Amino acid sequence: MSKIDIISMENLPGVAALEKRLGVSRRDFLKLCSGIAATLGLPSTAAAEIAQAVASPAKRPSVIWLHFQECTGCSESLLRAEHPTLDRLILDVISLDYHETLFAAAGHQAEAARKAAMEANKGKYLLVVEGAIPTKDGGIYCKIGGQTAIEMVKECAAGAAAVVAIGSCASWGGMPSTGPNPTGSSSVGEVLGKPVVTIPGCPPNPYNFLATVVNYLTFGKLPAVDQLGRPLFAYSRLVHENCERRAHFDAGRFALEFGDAGHRQGWCLYKLGCKGPETYANCPVIGFNDVGEVSWPVGCGHPCIGCTEKGIGFAKPIHALAELKSVQPPLGYPKVDEPRGVGATIASAAAVAALAGAATAATYNLTKNLGKNIAVEGDKPESKERAES
Amino acid sequence: MTMDRRQFLKGMLAGGAVAATAASAPAEARGNLTMPPKAMGLLYDSTLCIGCKACVSACKESNHLPPEYSTEDQLWDTPLDLSGKTKNVIKMYKSGTGDHKDQEEDGYAFMKHSCLHCVDPSCVSACPVSAMRKDPVTGVVTYDPGDCIGCRYCVLACPFDVPRFQYDKAFPKIVKCELCNHLASETNDTRFQYSACAQVCPTGATLYGPTDELMVEAKRRLALKPGTDHTVPRGRIDGKDSQMAKAATYVPQVYGEKELGGTQVLKLAAVPFDKLGFRDLPERSFASVSETMQHSMYGYLITPALVLGGLVVAAKRSLRDDEDNQE
Repeated sequence: MSKIDIISMENLPGVAALEKRLGVSRRDFLKLCSGIAATLGLPSTAAAEIAQAVASPAKRPSVIWLHFQECTGCSESLLRAEHPTLDRLILDVISLDYHETLFAAAGHQAEAARKAAMEANKGKYLLVVEGAIPTKDGGIYCKIGGQTAIEMVKECAAGAAAVVAIGSCASWGGMPSTGPNPTGSSSVGEVLGKPVVTIPGCPPNPYNFLATVVNYLTFGKLPAVDQLGRPLFAYSRLVHENCERRAHFDAGRFALEFGDAGHRQGWCLYKLGCKGPETYANCPVIGFNDVGEVSWPVGCGHPCIGCTEKGIGFAKPIHALAELKSVQPPLGYPKVDEPRGVGATIASAAAVAALAGAATAATYNLTKNLGKNIAVEGDKPESKERAES
Repeated sequence: MTMDRRQFLKGMLAGGAVAATAASAPAEARGNLTMPPKAMGLLYDSTLCIGCKACVSACKESNHLPPEYSTEDQLWDTPLDLSGKTKNVIKMYKSGTGDHKDQEEDGYAFMKHSCLHCVDPSCVSACPVSAMRKDPVTGVVTYDPGDCIGCRYCVLACPFDVPRFQYDKAFPKIVKCELCNHLASETNDTRFQYSACAQVCPTGATLYGPTDELMVEAKRRLALKPGTDHTVPRGRIDGKDSQMAKAATYVPQVYGEKELGGTQVLKLAAVPFDKLGFRDLPERSFASVSETMQHSMYGYLITPALVLGGLVVAAKRSLRDDEDNQE
């Protein structure tokens, strides 16, 4: 959205139409927008953007965001996104019609807003689910507005254009599904019985989610995903493959315990239980919070716990060793039967044979000459005896 | 050639003496040496090894050895084998597509190559001076450059091809693993306290400890049903560190239990040992065979006496022949 001076907006047709739509004067509307922007601590340009966003006749895609068995860490992670920031996202890019943490409404009003948004955008809205869904005992362990999580997710998914599971809990069960799993926590995909786009992580990197949403908005479809529904742009490579400490792994330099010399020097954390070699995520590539390399677990010295990976995160002990998934031995390893040069070739054998033959012939000639010399110089019977022997 | 009765009887007598010596030889045979009382060693489990080469790098650091390059760019320490610069190397077995770890067909496996610290070492037996020694208590086979005369008999004698000679040095030494016994001294300036390869191993594939305890641990692993979850010690067998592992489909053999009278470094693997560079070897040590032969030959100076006696007889006979010819 281009930056527009809020005063000049007064004559825009959209803003003029608002007088009729909302029953407020143009001047008052723009004043309100400036006030909202100031209250939210947003820059002055935001006022114009809010005004334009509200006045814009082009509908922003509706997003319904459900929360079940979760800690709101995924939403918290999203709040810390910088490009775009959450306010830009919900004001410019999408229309966030239902989000337990962020909406202003409460109680029946909130549920009514959800139902209205679903009705108005049937078949077009994006459903985002945060948190696992309890399935045991009819799903009574998580209810919102008297409705179980199972009912709610099924109701919302029915009219959704696409379903995105954000966080490990929604993607594959996450922490709530860890044994003994008393509430029968399950993933969105399992409850709906169909594959959904998953953005696992605890919390997931906000940009993996934002990029997925923006991809949907820009191209009208979700990005390419793997067999677990994870977008390939973010989850196609192991943490180990792009890790900033990988060179230490390759050089055989491992931190042996927390705080030892190797640990202080930033050596590989494999021995301390790093799950990088069996976890697919792009953490080492984009980091968290846009503050550089240290802003992810391995960067600040703690082994990766494999939070994005089912069966690893919250399942395997944090300091248990990872199973190396990608490491087929490279060619650099010496082989058990390392070839050292070649054996005798026909040419080399022939050369040796020729040399040996020449030497034999020379020796024979030498011996013959020696005998002749003796025969000439010595007396007769002695030479005869030699010849006989 | 003619032979009179006297000569014939003399010959019979000499032959009898040789036969008597030969018959008495087995009674004097030296058997395999026995395990020292506090034998220390390593247990290397190929199925736990991930090929990270932490042991190779730590070995160099602990023993102050230089890197060895085998690539053009000379960026990494990439030894291809044991050498005058390398006491420990991880080698790879690979067959077919090489997709599965610890599988003979279409698989791969790692193997550590370093000194096995034989119970009855050939290198010590072959050493004409006392440069190669076996510690009477810990059994560690050590090398003393002060005594070494550079004959390289140990290099040729070792059935595992372990001791290497520094061919590129003006004052060369023999290089072989001494189980980091130098770390026990007070002048230890490294970050290691015991065998560096075991201390840094992240998976416990190389484990340090008394050989008898290592043997018990090895047998325990062999007895496990493949796929069973179990805990393996890491670093040293009497330490606190451990990790979880899944029992592999082991080759039912502890390499080093019986080979050449046993070694203090034991090995487990899921791929047959001859594929990993460790061939089948008899239970009797080469040192005991060669020492028995040598000691029988030189016992009571019988062989020198026979050889010299034979020479005298031959010389005398040819002299007589000359006399015969002149007649």
